[in-house]
Amino acid sequence: MVKIPIYLDNNATTKLDPRVLEAMMPYFTEIYGNAASRNHVYGWKAEEGVDWARNTIAKYIGADEKEIVFTSGATESNNLAIKGVAEMYASKGNHIITCTTEHKAVLDTCKALERKGVQVTYMPVNKEGFINLDLLRESITDKTILVTIMHANNEIGVIQDIEAIGKICHEKGVLFHTDATQSIGKVPFDAQRMNVDLASMSGHKIYGPKGVGALYVRKKNPRVKLASQMDGGGHERGMRSGTLNVAGIVGLAKALELCITDMPVEVPRIQGMRDRLWKTLTKELDEIYINGPDPLEKPQWRLPGNLNVSFAFVEGEAMMMGIKDIAVSSGSACTSASLEPSYILKALGVGEDLAHTSIRFGIGRFNTEEEIDYTAAEVIKAVRHLREMSPLYEMAKQGIDLKSVAWAAH
Amino acid sequence: MAYSEKVLDHYSNPRNVGTMDPNDPNVGTGLVGAPECGDVMRLQLKINDEGIIEDAKFKTFGCGSAIASSSFATEIIKGRSIDEAYALKNTEIVKELNLPPVKIHCSVLAEDAIKAAISDYKKKHAALETASA
Ligand SMILES: Cc1ncc(COP(=O)(O)O)c(C=O)c1O
Repeated sequence: MVKIPIYLDNNATTKLDPRVLEAMMPYFTEIYGNAASRNHVYGWKAEEGVDWARNTIAKYIGADEKEIVFTSGATESNNLAIKGVAEMYASKGNHIITCTTEHKAVLDTCKALERKGVQVTYMPVNKEGFINLDLLRESITDKTILVTIMHANNEIGVIQDIEAIGKICHEKGVLFHTDATQSIGKVPFDAQRMNVDLASMSGHKIYGPKGVGALYVRKKNPRVKLASQMDGGGHERGMRSGTLNVAGIVGLAKALELCITDMPVEVPRIQGMRDRLWKTLTKELDEIYINGPDPLEKPQWRLPGNLNVSFAFVEGEAMMMGIKDIAVSSGSACTSASLEPSYILKALGVGEDLAHTSIRFGIGRFNTEEEIDYTAAEVIKAVRHLREMSPLYEMAKQGIDLKSVAWAAH
Repeated sequence: MAYSEKVLDHYSNPRNVGTMDPNDPNVGTGLVGAPECGDVMRLQLKINDEGIIEDAKFKTFGCGSAIASSSFATEIIKGRSIDEAYALKNTEIVKELNLPPVKIHCSVLAEDAIKAAISDYKKKHAALETASA
């Protein structure tokens, strides 16, 4: 018998890997010095841990150790990258380009800058979630200082061609930041090769601790300068003050190391489970739609563990109630604090009716095939139960075009 | 957010799910809500010549609270006169199902569905009466 509850929300956060915890433990209990204490062994030991972490992360993302700035997570990394560039390069220009499907940590940062007079262009995406590279090239003006486009999307798993985006930016002499929170450790990432100038990452998406992240800041060709957003003791070469979270930083690096070393085995395993789930659902249920790139046709452009499906005529929250032992998330408005369904699905052109029926499955390291089969069976059962009582399903089956009905919107 | 026992019960064992013939002169149909808003309720009432609701059926697209609200509504209005049913307040549903504030709109929708079904029935009858007069 499979053990419940089942965690399938690995795009939201992940379980800390016990091996990561083990690496972190000594930094809570024994090596508790301040990494900035230069005059005693406690400080040196802590600094050694931080140095190891910095080197490790740099090595695995195609960077130099002097290009890593530790932060409290990807939200802070995004804020530092975008606001830091906007402030530092204000004399050069005041235009930033991003896209409509970014995480709120990017979008709201851009909104905050708009209130200060910065011009922001929000690139549209096509129905799979990709931006148009020609349009990007055309959107860059002589006032553009930064392009910020995420690597992999948290909801629909689409992976942008950041190597091509970086190339365009470098040709045009514009800085390129990518929110790589969902991608680093899951799919290959190399700042050098991919022409990235700034990249955000976070510990808790890669089986590491919450509240710790990093920002990659390119040091040469070009050398990126940032206006710090946190004033204080001048840590992290003045870019981010605050006593370093040594245990967290070691955990972040250990987590990344495990992701990279396990990647050849983990990617096919996780992708295999994702594909198995998708195949079972499509075999058993009609009127279900993938959101984002087709997992079977374009696996290289989708996060291996991500599956986002609209189960037409079945409202997302009701669905989650039907599979209550399985933790997933939904694009339905009912499950969020706001009353709008997912802005990401909306940007893809998914109608609000279908957005309300979307479920995101985030498969990760600790999931098993047995859990996937249990999930598929539960989902199928819930969809059938709910369609049995869905007036929309009945109407659609009778051939009524739901778009032609004069609904009384409330 | 945790659901109340009663919501869970109606969700798992919905009462009176089904469809009546909308062309039956004794059936009133109410279809309220919109797919874009994430909830649609269809409530159908079978009303006898004395104006008593003999049977009620529903189908709902919506969250668990919406399903429970409509399921519960069908249960309580059976046997009531159409005037009594028309006077039903959503607060009765809120109280019975223990709905939290964010789910009150589900009960409002159920109330609207009852009123829409009764109006549909009355409209049909008015038409029938003018036709036979
Ligand atoms: C794409 C993306 N960017 C940024 C964040 C924010 O990361 P953090 O929770 O580390 O601040 C997340 C996670 O919620 C994310 O998925």
